[in-house]
Order: sequence, then structure tokens, then C-alpha cells
Amino acid sequence: MSDNASNGEKSRVEDAYYDQARYVRNGHYEPLLSEKDQTQVTIHDDDSPLPGHLTRDTLELPGLSEPELARHYTRLSQMIYGIDTGPYPLGSCTMKYNPKFTEDVAALESGAVHPGRSPETIQGTLELLYRLQGYLAQIGGMDAVTLQPPAGAAGEFVGIRVANAYHEHNDEGHRDEVIIPESAHGTNFATAALGGYNVVSLPSNDEGRVDLEALEAALSEQTAALMLTNPNTLGLFERDITEIAEMVHDVGGLLYYDGANLNALLGRARPGDMGFDVMHYNVHKTFATPHGGGGPGAGPVGVVDELAPFLPAPRVREAEDGYELFDPEQTIGHVHGYQGNWLVLIKAFAYIARLGDEGLLDASAKAVLNANYLASQIDYDVPYGPFHHEFVASAGEQDAADVAKRMLDFGVHPPTTKWPEIVSEALMTEPTEVESKETLDLLASAFRRASASDAETLETAPNRTAAGRIDQTSAARNPRLSWHALEDE
Amino acid sequence: MLEAIGADSVDDLFDIPEGVWFDDEFGIPARSERETRALIRKTLEKNDTLVELLGRGHYGYYVPSLVDHLADRSEYLTSYTQYQPETSQGFLQALFEYQSLLVELTGLEIANCSMYDAATALGEAATLAERVRETSGHRVLVPDTILEGRRSTLENYVSGTDLEVETYPTWEGTVDLVDLERQIDEDVVMLYAENPTVSGAIEPNLSEVGSLASSSDALFVLGSDPIALSLLQRPVDVGADVVVGDASVLGLPTSYGMGLGLFATRESYLRQVPGRLVGVSEDDQDRRAFTLTLQTREQHIRRERATSNICTNQAWVALRTAMHAAMLGPDGLVDLAKRDVVRAESLAERLDELDGITAPVDDRRHFREFVAQVEDSARAIARALEERGYAVHVLDDDHIQCCISGVTEAEIDGFVAAIGEVAR
Repeated sequence: MSDNASNGEKSRVEDAYYDQARYVRNGHYEPLLSEKDQTQVTIHDDDSPLPGHLTRDTLELPGLSEPELARHYTRLSQMIYGIDTGPYPLGSCTMKYNPKFTEDVAALESGAVHPGRSPETIQGTLELLYRLQGYLAQIGGMDAVTLQPPAGAAGEFVGIRVANAYHEHNDEGHRDEVIIPESAHGTNFATAALGGYNVVSLPSNDEGRVDLEALEAALSEQTAALMLTNPNTLGLFERDITEIAEMVHDVGGLLYYDGANLNALLGRARPGDMGFDVMHYNVHKTFATPHGGGGPGAGPVGVVDELAPFLPAPRVREAEDGYELFDPEQTIGHVHGYQGNWLVLIKAFAYIARLGDEGLLDASAKAVLNANYLASQIDYDVPYGPFHHEFVASAGEQDAADVAKRMLDFGVHPPTTKWPEIVSEALMTEPTEVESKETLDLLASAFRRASASDAETLETAPNRTAAGRIDQTSAARNPRLSWHALEDE
Repeated sequence: MLEAIGADSVDDLFDIPEGVWFDDEFGIPARSERETRALIRKTLEKNDTLVELLGRGHYGYYVPSLVDHLADRSEYLTSYTQYQPETSQGFLQALFEYQSLLVELTGLEIANCSMYDAATALGEAATLAERVRETSGHRVLVPDTILEGRRSTLENYVSGTDLEVETYPTWEGTVDLVDLERQIDEDVVMLYAENPTVSGAIEPNLSEVGSLASSSDALFVLGSDPIALSLLQRPVDVGADVVVGDASVLGLPTSYGMGLGLFATRESYLRQVPGRLVGVSEDDQDRRAFTLTLQTREQHIRRERATSNICTNQAWVALRTAMHAAMLGPDGLVDLAKRDVVRAESLAERLDELDGITAPVDDRRHFREFVAQVEDSARAIARALEERGYAVHVLDDDHIQCCISGVTEAEIDGFVAAIGEVAR
């Protein structure tokens, strides 16, 4: 190992911290449930309420006791790194601390209602949803909000479908192009394609922002929408946003805001005021609902008045005597079987209600301060600025993926790697507002120790995690996707 | 910190042009944790407490305490997608076990580690059908009983393709084979059926439906769920190519429609599958390890050529589903499914004995729910039931639907007594 260990005092603190992460490998893996037990149940006609031609013959699954399962899932959890384990500066994912009390409000039995209930009997649920619609509209500077999309990408899809319905309504169904900056989230491209649009990819200018000349060239009567993230994926504010909005509107297109980076702007700038017509919110990012190992999230969508009639059905509104559900006049219909991820939405409501104006302003201030401080403490070059809540450093001659693996050894979660591609060997880093200066210093030291590591150390990392470097190629070449596939080997 | 950065104030760090600064206030007051909890508790207390005999695609079942306590461990809750598998082995293994559960239940070789819900999984199945069909076609057939939320979501998902969604008729609550045979042709890309149906009917002719689909080279997509699949015919045995549905019948209590999209399919469609897949690999010391795999299908790599736009999924719900299934074990799952048949049919019989009610309305076997015909106004009956503490579905003026998934036997007795008072 070739780490330049810093002075003794600090490295002792750091080592103690790293050990807390408990990812020291022990050479032992938790067996699969199926390796602990497989019980086959046969379904006999004589004790089945259904005749044999309507049933399966057998079912073979693990049959374990509650204490065995409690240990299984506890042991598995010990092989997972979460925000409660340590810092998680995964760029573009806004991995902020998830306040515990939001779990308690989501667990209230009075909120566990069926979507088939008559609205008069679930006034409390509808009131909370209505108030959340209002909070989000305020925060985004939008006029109307739907809470139905179950994730950010689903929110993007609503945006694209709303844009489509709007253009069709205006007899402009010929618009078949969606313009997206090259550095945008992959979901933007995939969503536009899912909606049947041709994607026009937009290069960045030398400063890492939208190239106005390229935009001018890309815009036409075919343009349905421009999808934009602001601050963009480099953390830079699109300073020309007002002009960009005018250009898009001049050709009759709509301006879509990808809310992934809204955390940078809370209380300081609103997409609606910048000229955006439609936006999604990633409540699992900006509003601190837990990411749950990949989901569930929620991706509410806000629009300006002109687009409100096209929003998904149903929405909640205030009625004379409480709250009611209604279908917008020219609704695009449903994008989810019911009304999205209630258990996520209520946590987002709780977070916003707790923070209020003051807390939201404080969140964006600290998020931007933390990113700038961390960037100032690392050795890697950060080619683009001034950045806000996140920065993209370059690992230079090193492989960014190796750097990430090396950082795992220091008990921290690494940044997002190799993206956006505009920065070579990108390390996209978003510490969020929740980290203290001490934690940021630990993170910075992990960055510095990785940058000082030699090639061999980088390539063989990680060494202190539950598993060593995992072979991705073999997993893809020989897909084994269930325990049945392992038995066949 | 500002000194290290070389800035005078935090405001200086924001590179936002004058014209777009937000100088106003949202007007949201800050609250203490205690106040926030009280606000939400008091608001939700405005919901009436009703015994819900509600189903139609969203089902409440009792979820064992183990699921809440273990799934709420913060390692599970506060981690994100397993982009760094070396520190995510536990979650990857749990998702691998979830995939294996679905493989066993469906008999198909591949299950992804979640879509959002049953409706979006159905939409993804249609775009899969379009991608894998060798000859082009334009029609997607769905039963006329399909839930509006599912049909509408499906239509949105195929809006970017040349596919058109059409309904085929049902008879006695299940597929009308004669009419379906007349309607199906080579232009049909996908045929969707449900077992049980949205009104709880068990489909008696699934193999024949599967044969009709394969005879016209259409993808046979079957809608179901893990509890029903524990007892009913195995999808692979009736020719299903894709199984979709709501897997959160296990693991999630009633959650105002929040779900977990089940998606399983044949190995031959592996490279066209939407969503994340967990696979087995080895680490640098040749020990078994889990990792997300075949990611070149996904949006963060393949962008506009990805198999789906999904990124954030329902992983934590999948974890809960796997935990609940493990708690029940195969015996418990089969017993629960049998209970769903016995209790639904026994409730239907008891209602049928009452004046003013005929139940069930179709000549089929039933799983956890059924439709009943009422002589008085269905809406008036439902309202009167609400006053007595029970919720049922109103389908139209003459029909209600009742589901037993989440209620106890004592609650069923109470319901029978209540509806006996209001239906005559």
C-alpha cells in the first residue's frame, strides 16, 4: 500500500472511523435462503378447495423459522453501506440523511387506506396530498402539481406526455423532436424515446453550459421540448436560462425542468420563474425520503396553468366541503395504477412541513457550501465552475472506477464515476447539506489517499469490504439470475 | 469553511443571475418534530376508520412484524442502487432471493428486481412485445374488464409506438374463447389476461388462451400476484411469456395504491428485459458475489436505446415482499391462497342467502373477491355500510364487489350482519 498516511493523531481518528464501517471481510458469506432450506409442498386435490386443473402441482421454497429469518436479514443488512453508515456523496442522487420521524408518520394506521375508498371517508389523506401539491407548486414556482408519478423517470414521462398532448391540442402534433444536452441524465433520453420522440443531442460550450449557437441550430418547428437540468450535471447554473427559455418558446416548444438538482436552489430560485413550463421533483432526493436500496421514490410533476388541463387523472382539489378527486379536462390519463407512492409522498410532506421556509433555505445554503468546501480540500482537478451543490472532479491519469473502489476501503461511499463524460475520468461528488466539517474532512482525506495510491493498489481495491472486486464481465457473460440457475450448474 | 473556499459569504457561492433570484417566501412555517408529527396524525385522524372489503387490484394483507422491524433497519432504508456491489452485498442478495421467489412462482426463468406497479409492468410488457416480435404488428388485446388505471397506463406506455390497445369480451367474468379466437390474428403483438381477474374470477381456460396467443405469434402476458400464484396454475404451464402484477400483496399493508411491479419472463428475452437484474459473479478471490448485471440494457448506459426509462424502482418493497414470503414459507403461502378461495366463496354464499343480494354474479370459482348484485341502489347500500363501519366497491347501480384479503373472520361476520340490515 502506498498511502501517504497523514499525521498520527488524525490517522488514528480516521482508522477508528473506518473500522466503524464494519466492512472488514471475514471470509464468510451469509448463505442463500435456499441453501438453508428447501421445502416442497404438493397441492393435493383432496385438501384443496379448487380442482386440480385450476391449480399448480407443487411449490418449493425455503421454510425457515422467524429467528432464523431475523438473523438472515440482520446479517445481510450488515453487508450494506447506507447513509446511516457514513457519508454517501453520490453525485446527482442527493443522498441526504433521512429523518427518522418520517418513518413514524408513514406507519400511522390511519393513513393505511385503500384507493377504492370513497373520498368522503379519507379526507385526511386527501388533505395531506392537497397540501403537498401546494408546497411543491410554491417551491417550484409552478401553478399545478400531480403527485402520481412513482419516480423521477416516471415524472419525466408525464412531462413528455403532457407536452405531446399540449401540442396535439394546438394542432401541432408534427413536433417530433426533444432536445437534450449531452451531459443530461440517461433517463431524459430514454424517456423521450419512450414517448416516441427523436432525440436531438446538444453539445456543451467550453464553459460546460448550453451552447446557445448549437441550441439555435437545433431549435425548429419540429421541437416539442428542451429538457434541462439546472444547475446542470456539472453543478453549474445555466446563466442564460432566461434567453434559453425565450428561444425555446419562440419556436413554440416547451421547456422541461429535470428536478434532480433542485436541492441547490431551494428557496433561492424557482424553475417557474426561470421560464420552465413543466418540471418534475425527485422527492427522494430533494425532500429526504429514503432511497431504499434503489426505490421507491416519487416524481411529482408541476406545470404552468396552460398545461394543467393535461395532467394525469385524478388530482386532488379543495371542494366546498373538504377535498375531492377530479379528472383534469384533457387529461393524459394514468401513468400508475392508482396515485403513486403514498408512503414516499407522506414522508416528503413531513420533511417540508418540518423544515419550513427557513429550513429549506438553510438546506440549499449548506449543500452548496459543503460541495465547495470539499472540492477545496481534494487533490483532483475540478475543471468546471462555479459549481453549486455538486462538483465533477477529474481523476486525471487514474481510472475513476478504481478510485471509487479504493475509497470504499476508507469507509466512505465514493462519488458517481465516469459521468458526465465531458470530464475525463469523472468523479461526480455531492456531499449534501447534512455532513459536518469533520465528515467532509474525512471524505477529503479518502479522496487524497486514493489520489496518492499507486496503480497496483487501485486495481486491487477494495480490500476491506465484504466482497473483493467483483467481476462484472463474468456476471453478464454467464447470467445466473436466480437460485434455480445456480442449482443447474 | 468559507475561508478555505476563498469566499466572503455563502450567498457569493450562488451563481444565479439577478433576474431569476427568488426574493419572496413560500410561507411554510418551520415546525418542531413533535409539532409535525402531531399535524400529520391529527390530519390523518380525519379519515374514517372502516373495515375495508376492498380489492380490485390493491390488496391489504396482514404483514408480520418481522417485515417492519427488519426492513426498517437503516442499512436497507438509507442505501441507494447497488452501483458499488462490494459494499451492497446484503441488498443484492435479498433482491436475488426476491427474483428467485418469482422464478419459482411463475416457472419462467427470469424476474427483474422490480417495476413500479402492476400497471407500469403491463406497459413495459407491451413495449417488450413490440421489441421482440419478429414480424411487425399493431394490436394489443386486453380484457374488457381491465381496470381503467391499468388500461390508461398501458396506453401511455405504447403512445410512442405503433401499437393500439383494444379490448376483447369476457363471458361470466373470464375470457370468452369464441370471441377471442374471432378477434385474434397475426397483427396481434400481445394478448393480456388476468388470473384471477379483477373481479376475483379464476380463469378456467388459461391453457387455451395461451394456445390462441401462440398460434398468432402474440406474446402471452399474464397478470397475477405472488399469493394467487402460490395456488393457481403455474404461468409457464399455460404458455405465459411474461407475468406482470402487483407483488406487494406480500410485504406492504394497504398503502393507498402504492405497489410493486412484478415482471418475469422467458430467458430468450433476457437482453430486452426492462429494469434492474441482480446476478451472481465472483470476487477477486473467486468467492460468490452478487452484482447488478446486464446494465447495458439500461438508461444510464444505453440512453435513448435503453429497454426502459426506469431508474429508481421499488427495491425496498421487493425486499419486504421477499421477507413476507420467507416468513410464510411454501406451506404458509399455499394455505393463505387456499384461505382466499374458501373465505371469498363462503362470504359469497352467505350474502347469496340474504334477501336482495345475489352472489357471485358469475359462474366461476373465486379468489379473495367477487361481484354481488343488489336489488336496491348499490350506492345507497355502500353509504349505509360506511355508516356501519364497512367499505365495499360500488361498480354501478346494481353491483358491489367484496374482498376478504385483509379482514378477519369476526369482521366478516360483522359485515354479513350489517349488509343484511341495509340490503333488503
